[in-house]
Amino acid sequence: MFFRIALLVLKKDFAIELKSYEILSTTAFFAVSCVAIFSFAFVKEGQAVEDAAAGILWIAIAFAGTLALGRTFERERYGETLKALLLAPAPRPAIYLGKLLGIVMLLFATEVLLVPMVAFLFNAPLFDRPVLLLALLALGTIGYAAVGTLFAAMLVRARTRDVMLPILLYPITIPVIIAGVRGTSALLQSPPDEPMATLWIALLGFFDVVFVTLSLWTFEPLMTE
Amino acid sequence: MQRLFIPVLILTAAMFAYSPVAIASAPYESTMLLVQKIFYYHFPAWMALTAAVTVCFVSSGIYLFKGHAWADRLGFAAAEVTVIFGMFGLVSGSVWGRKAWGVWWQWDARLTMAFLLELIFIGYLLVRKYGGPGSEKLAAAMGIFGGATAPFVYKSVDWWRTIHPKTSVMASLGETSPEMWYVVWFCTAIFLMLSGLLLAARMRLETLRAGLDRLYLAAED
Repeated sequence: MFFRIALLVLKKDFAIELKSYEILSTTAFFAVSCVAIFSFAFVKEGQAVEDAAAGILWIAIAFAGTLALGRTFERERYGETLKALLLAPAPRPAIYLGKLLGIVMLLFATEVLLVPMVAFLFNAPLFDRPVLLLALLALGTIGYAAVGTLFAAMLVRARTRDVMLPILLYPITIPVIIAGVRGTSALLQSPPDEPMATLWIALLGFFDVVFVTLSLWTFEPLMTE
Repeated sequence: MQRLFIPVLILTAAMFAYSPVAIASAPYESTMLLVQKIFYYHFPAWMALTAAVTVCFVSSGIYLFKGHAWADRLGFAAAEVTVIFGMFGLVSGSVWGRKAWGVWWQWDARLTMAFLLELIFIGYLLVRKYGGPGSEKLAAAMGIFGGATAPFVYKSVDWWRTIHPKTSVMASLGETSPEMWYVVWFCTAIFLMLSGLLLAARMRLETLRAGLDRLYLAAED
C-alpha cells in the first residue's frame, strides 16, 4: 500500500513531465552550461587543472538539483496541487517518497548527460570503475535529493522560497557533496584508489540512511498547517 | 527561573573574573607552552555550543510533534546561542591554529565540519528573520538536521586523520595532567552557565515579545 502510493505519485509526476519535458530539458541545459563555465575557469593553456573534474561534476549536479527541486514544487504550487495531494487519504511519508523518487530519477537523467560530458571535456577516466562510480552517483544523488525534497516541499508556502532553498539545502548537504567529490577524485587517480572510494561510498550510504530517516520522520508534522 | 537568574549571573561573573588566575596557575603544556592556554576557553566554548545545539534539537522536535509555542521560542534562543559560541570557538581555534600549525585555517575534517555546523545555524537564523509566515517549522527542521550533524563534528577527529587533537585527549587528561583537567572543567562550568543565562534572557525576551503581539491583536479587535 505504502509503496503503491509512492509509485502513484511518481507516475503522476512522470506523466506531467513527459507532456512537456520542461524540467528535464531546462535542468540538463543548466547543468551543461555550468560545466561550460567551469571549463573556462579551470582550463589553462588547453589543459584542465588536475582533480578539477570531480568537483565540477558534483557542483553541476548540486546546482542543477536545486533548479529541478525549485521547478518541481513551483509546478505543484502553481496548480495548488500539493494541497490536494496532501488532502489525499494516504500516508504523508508515502507522498514524500514518491516526490523523492521523481527528483532522483530526474537527476539521474541529467547525470547520464553530465558524466560523459565531464569525462570527455576534462579527459577524466570516469568509466574505468563503472560500478563504483555508479554507486557514488546513486548514493550521493539520493542523499542530496532526500533533504532537498523535504525543504523544497516546505518552502512551497514561503514567500522567499527561491533564496531560502539554497540557503537551507547547501549547508546541510555539503557532507554529501564532500563525500561525492572525494570519492570521485579517488576514482580519477591513476591507478584508481578503490579502498578510498569504497570508504566514501560507505559514508554516503550512512548519510543517506540518516537523511532519509529524518526526512520521512519529519515530513508529516512539517507539512501539517 | 527568574529568581535564579541574578545569583547565577553573579556567580558566573565571579568565576569568570577568577578564571585568568586559574588558567595562569595551570602548568605549561610541554610543546606549545603559553599558546596552549587558549585551550581553556576554546574547549568550553564548544561544550557550551554542544549544550545549545542539544537544546535546539530537542525543542525543535517538541515543537514539530507537539506544537508548543514555548518550544519554538526555546529553539530560536538556543540557535542564537549556538551561533555565538560557534563563532567564538572558530575564532579562538583559528588564533590557536595560527600559532600551533602556522596557518589561520586548515581544511581538515574537524574544522570543515565545525564550519558547516555554524553555517547551518546561521541558516536557521536567516530563515527565522526572512522566511516570512510559517518559517517556524522550516527553522525547526533546520534545528533537527543541525542537531543530527553535530555528532559528526564531534567524531570527525576520530574517523579521519586530522591535525586537530582527538577526543581521547580530553578523556585521558584527568590522568596525564590533573591540574589542567581541573582548570578546563572549571572554565567549562563558566561557559555552560553563561550559555544557560543567555538562553534564559533570550527566552524571556521572546516570551515578552509574544505577549506583546497578543496584546496588539487584542487591542485591534
